Amino acid sequence: MLTASAILTDGLVYAAYLFIVAVGLTLIFGVMKILNVTHGSFYAFGAYGAATAVGIYTNGDWPAALGFLFMLGFAMAIGLVMGIILERGLLRLVYGKDEVVIVLVTYATFLILEDVIGLVWGTASYAAYQPMIAAGNIEIGDLVLSNYDIVLVVLAAVVAALAYWSLKFTRYGRLLTTVIYDRETAAAFGINVTLVYTVTFLIGAALGALGGAVMAPKISVTLGIGVEVIVLAFAVVAIGGMGSIEGALVGALIVGICRAAAVHLVPQIELFVIYGVMALVLVARPYGLFVRAQPRKI
Amino acid sequence: MTPILDVRDLEKTFGSLVAARDINVSVPAHQTVGVIGANGAGKTTFINMITGHLRPTKGSIRFEGRDITGKPSREIVRLGISRSFQVAQIFPTLTVFENMCIAAAIARRKSGLLGNILTPVTSPAATSEAEAAIDLFQIARYRDVTANALPQGVRKLLDIGMAVAGSPRLLLLDEPTSGISIEEKFDLMNVVMSALKSRKITVLFVEHDMEIVAKFADRVLAFYDGTVIADGTAHETLDNPRVQELISGVRLKAASHA
Amino acid sequence: MQSRASLLGGLALLVAAALAAPFLPDWMVSLATIAFANALVVLGLVVLWRVGLVSFGQALYYCIGAYAVALTGRWTGFTDALALVLLGGVGAGIVAASIGFLLARYREIFFAMLSLALSMILYGVLVKTESLGSTDGFSVATPTFFGYAPHGAQLSHWLYWLTLGVDAIAALLVGLYFRSVAGALAAPIRDNEIRVEFLGISVSGIIHTKVIIAGVLGGLGGALAAMSIGHVDPNMAYWTTSGGFVFVTVLAGSGYVAAAFVGSLAFEALRSFAVDVMPQLWQMTLGSVLLLTILFLPEGLGSLVSRLRQRRAVKP
Repeated sequence: MLTASAILTDGLVYAAYLFIVAVGLTLIFGVMKILNVTHGSFYAFGAYGAATAVGIYTNGDWPAALGFLFMLGFAMAIGLVMGIILERGLLRLVYGKDEVVIVLVTYATFLILEDVIGLVWGTASYAAYQPMIAAGNIEIGDLVLSNYDIVLVVLAAVVAALAYWSLKFTRYGRLLTTVIYDRETAAAFGINVTLVYTVTFLIGAALGALGGAVMAPKISVTLGIGVEVIVLAFAVVAIGGMGSIEGALVGALIVGICRAAAVHLVPQIELFVIYGVMALVLVARPYGLFVRAQPRKI
Repeated sequence: MTPILDVRDLEKTFGSLVAARDINVSVPAHQTVGVIGANGAGKTTFINMITGHLRPTKGSIRFEGRDITGKPSREIVRLGISRSFQVAQIFPTLTVFENMCIAAAIARRKSGLLGNILTPVTSPAATSEAEAAIDLFQIARYRDVTANALPQGVRKLLDIGMAVAGSPRLLLLDEPTSGISIEEKFDLMNVVMSALKSRKITVLFVEHDMEIVAKFADRVLAFYDGTVIADGTAHETLDNPRVQELISGVRLKAASHA
Repeated sequence: MQSRASLLGGLALLVAAALAAPFLPDWMVSLATIAFANALVVLGLVVLWRVGLVSFGQALYYCIGAYAVALTGRWTGFTDALALVLLGGVGAGIVAASIGFLLARYREIFFAMLSLALSMILYGVLVKTESLGSTDGFSVATPTFFGYAPHGAQLSHWLYWLTLGVDAIAALLVGLYFRSVAGALAAPIRDNEIRVEFLGISVSGIIHTKVIIAGVLGGLGGALAAMSIGHVDPNMAYWTTSGGFVFVTVLAGSGYVAAAFVGSLAFEALRSFAVDVMPQLWQMTLGSVLLLTILFLPEGLGSLVSRLRQRRAVKP
């Protein structure tokens, strides 16, 4: 019984974190058809930014809640700055090239940014556990939960709800849906596709950095964290269907629960299970759970 | 003699939409058959079923007596049915010669699991067929031009030429003159039809221009609402009152056929 | 004519490279061996790249080839280098043939992602398998050559020659393959798959063969690399390893078989230089070179050769 509830809570927490990271990736893919490897860098920069922010506010003796918000805001600001530099400075030049070539461009950028991290923050690891400690624990029956994890789940739910609401009910969201559906028609109707691209990329980048920021207190912030995260995020997005927000949510839940189950029951297959599920889903539904294949016409 | 193509009770539905129904057509070898009908009447669906791009919901298709219903396109092509496309389907980054050579080499590859690997693409058989097809379709002066730089008419000829380079016995042409200016249409059809005649290839061609149909077809099928409403010599079909009533544009030109 | 000239040129280079070994410092021979082993993986990726497919999981076959050698040595004590290399190639080829049924249905980024997932599965298994040394991996038994057991510098020379030999045969076969119907269909498939099907050939069948060829080459490369390094570990299957191979492939371009070898050698040389001189800028160098290549030389370094040739042809 305890194992079951532990699997469920661990899985949910892990899913929350995966969703926050993956939603930006899937958004960018849905709108721009770019599989953005640089998302791993956004994550890493977010985590490092958060560590720096935690350093600032613990030295300044701020209240914990304010410190937490400052940490998120600081990281997202870094994401926004990186996003605008990348999109305006580089990606703009390669729009219209093969999807695969654009993947390579983002991969190259990812490699460059890996070393930029080292140059800015050095090679030492950072610990930013203070927010996690400050939040404390809560006991429910036999289960001990970290309040920080609960905040993480709530935050993921808020991001999901916000994404859903803004796509369905705001003007910008409807613009996005039009562009996702048919780029040429959207342009023909006078929608500023260039602007939509820039805004989308910025939102995606900020979400990637947010993912890194919320994880920073739970991990050791060290070189190479983006490398691992990007393939995980790929798995989540591929399972759900690239470009689908619901897909990212369901994909995150599947991966989260499967991994938690593996960790508690058969720890040897922890990594195997994630990519195994991904391969299985892709075999059954090549375009993921929430995206349909489009028939080719002659 | 067995007909080269024998279609029985063919039907294709997409959900509740009936794209083709009750099609019964038998084509003897060496005939040139024109197919007319408004857009959406089922002509392309008919061709797509014969060439295996669509699987019929019902009915059978026989080629030289052999049942080919529902077989994949590549197998049907290997049996001897080729097609051309409404929008020319060529390899834009290759030259005219390379396009032809690929088509000829594929048809002449060794059989067996490793046939694709063991046959060089520029085998003498393939290159000589490629040159022959280029001459046959009178596009020799474009031989080394990259396909994406070709004028529309040459693209069409190349598309049909590639189908012919595979030595088919039955060729389906989907609107060979679409996208071609009126002045050029007859020249293009003259080249195509005399090429096919010299290779003794049976032809089914979809065409909207009734003058062209009247001039080149031995026999004309009229499609309406997914089925064949008239089948006879060009004269008979084009003069058929139902055809004149249901297929716009026919009235004007029916008298001028040769 | 031209193909005969390049054949003779290649042969001359091969002989020169083989004869040079005793006169080169040891580290250089090792570096060249690893570069030429990895070049086989790159050559496989070139085969795929020509149809516009990128595999971000080619390290799967590399790792299978490497572990096949290491495990055979460990379990059976069998150490004949040539047989082990062939075993690595065949093992990876069998895996490629089976998952090829699946991969051949995918294109573009879906192909890249699925191959990535498959290689990460292997990584996940190896990392957690303690009997295989988990993350640390384990050592490869010293190889022998038809009963002859060289040591030290002799050993690295023999491994180098073996690698050159395998490379030469692979390059020759891949060159022939590019001239076959299946090989020549790369550009047509990239351009227009439907047309290819309507010429009477199975596109997925052709792609399946390409996956197998790339898999065999990956396995051969991994087997040679394992013997040369003397150690195997799960990182050989990690996606960054695949990324490195993709990097060299893009750099080399798909125009010339030889470009895979030159590119791989340049990559290893650059790496050993960067790791010594500016280790903290290594990835940045890689990324910048990759970016510049994609932006300014989309056909790869090989296209420089054809550009020069054209220029020379135009000049009287």
